[in-house]
Amino acid sequence: MGDAAVSAALAFRHLTLGYDRHPAVHHLDGTVDRGELLAIVGPNGAGKSTLLKAIVGDVPCLEGAIGRGDGALAYLPQADEIDRTFPLSVLDLVAMGLWSRTGPWRSQGSRRAALAAAIETVGLGGFEGRLIGTLSGGQFQRALFARLIVQDAAVILLDEPFRGIDARTTDDLIRLILRWHGEGRTVLAALHDMAQVRAHFPRTLLLAREAVAWGATAAVLTPANLSRAGRLSEAWDETAAVCGRDDGHGHAHDDAQDTEAQGAEAQGAEAHRHDDRIHAGHGHHHHDHAPARKAG
Amino acid sequence: MSESLLAPFLEFGFMRRALVGCLVLSVSAPPVGVFLMLRRMSLMSEAMSHAILPGVATGFIVAGLSLPAMTFGGLAAGLVVALLAAAVTRTTMVREDASLAAFYLIALAGGVLLISLRGSQLDLLHILFGNVLALDDGALVLLGGIATVTLVVMAAIFRPLVMECVDPLFLRTVSRAGGPVHFAFLGLVVMNLVGGFQALGTLLAVGLMLLPAVTARFWASDLTGLIPASILAAVVASLSGLALAYHLDLPAGPAIVLAAGGLYVLSLLIGPRGGLAHRLIRRRHLEA
Repeated sequence: MGDAAVSAALAFRHLTLGYDRHPAVHHLDGTVDRGELLAIVGPNGAGKSTLLKAIVGDVPCLEGAIGRGDGALAYLPQADEIDRTFPLSVLDLVAMGLWSRTGPWRSQGSRRAALAAAIETVGLGGFEGRLIGTLSGGQFQRALFARLIVQDAAVILLDEPFRGIDARTTDDLIRLILRWHGEGRTVLAALHDMAQVRAHFPRTLLLAREAVAWGATAAVLTPANLSRAGRLSEAWDETAAVCGRDDGHGHAHDDAQDTEAQGAEAQGAEAHRHDDRIHAGHGHHHHDHAPARKAG
Repeated sequence: MSESLLAPFLEFGFMRRALVGCLVLSVSAPPVGVFLMLRRMSLMSEAMSHAILPGVATGFIVAGLSLPAMTFGGLAAGLVVALLAAAVTRTTMVREDASLAAFYLIALAGGVLLISLRGSQLDLLHILFGNVLALDDGALVLLGGIATVTLVVMAAIFRPLVMECVDPLFLRTVSRAGGPVHFAFLGLVVMNLVGGFQALGTLLAVGLMLLPAVTARFWASDLTGLIPASILAAVVASLSGLALAYHLDLPAGPAIVLAAGGLYVLSLLIGPRGGLAHRLIRRRHLEA
């Protein structure tokens, strides 16, 4: 990891992630400092969720590596990944956050006060006994935030925390995120609402399978960058050629079936543009792709 | 009424043994069934119960109607099919329910064929539908052992098992327990099906596992209510099923499962949580 990792909460090195060899995140380099409040934005399919899942270890790295600093990770999945028909009370859902301290067997009794405080903080006081299936979307999201509070992690990852959530709940939850930021926690959030990002998030990673721009929010969210991100993410090619980009480890992909997610016209112009945040570590951008067709 | 319910058990030793066997099964199988139902794996357990058959049949061919041999064969076959189905699901595009259906059809046909090669029609009927009135000491000890292991393991994995059901991704982010917990649970399913096979046969073994669990859904809303309610339903079904079988001279296994089925239909009609009667009587809604 080198010296940069000392103060870094997360470090990505030549990171490529994907499903079935189609890269969803491509050659990502950079570090997230401790205490940073970072928004991850980009079009649908840009790899935001994939990146967050890879950080928690749920998606394997095709190539490259993720360096994690000390301290626990907490992760907020997209709400539809949770089975809300299971008859579980709000209190029990929030108490899941205690796992790192209680494990499968130790009693949670002595931590009742912490659970109650977390539930109160997110504005769900009095809902402890309600089943999660009876909550509205906003209430359920508040309960998941209470679980994050209980987890008390140094790094918090939020995957589209405000999708389908009304303005008032969103405001409450953003206040909570800012409080975590004030407590020195590292927070990464995948988001869609640019106004929200501009208002509250000091730093932004604009992702479109690769880092289009990464840095101070105002410098990243320019019209030029955003339209570039839009073009990049549209290019998906079923028959894409092997990516010939050297990843700095000397093992280029060698299989003819390997895939490349970008259209030829998009990538010709788009060599990595590294801003101050991204190591200009690999200066070999020769592309050797067969002419690619756009998928249907 | 209570006299005719209890008389056969007071009078005959084999009825008492049958009752003890069914009650032990009623304590261990329904909690497993509750989790199967909540994980939407009800049909999967049905498939697993058929998957036990070729193992039982192999034990039968090797050692005749010997309980240990058939039990061991059933356990082995059930675990192999569960693992194979999981492996096929993880490595191919086939979903778990489809791959299980494929495996259990193969297993069921193979098992029936194996038994027919060696045994009589009566043996086949005995294995398919069980013989709860012929439980011997060995069988009772086995059922007791299965119940003990089931309850201890359930208690040990309860918390991660619930998390695995609700939010598997969360469990994966905080612990590696997800995989082992899933397989431990599948092991419990197989064990209880093998236990059920002693009493109810391979085809109906699932009856005392699932019917009480589904019945409980109409009476309780969360796990602390569902599990006791399901056990209670299984106990009532065992008792009334055996008594009915005695008085009306019915085969005992189907009578028990039908009694459990009757409880289910009754709950469907009058159960306080989603029962049909409670839908007809519409109470005025609350203010908030």
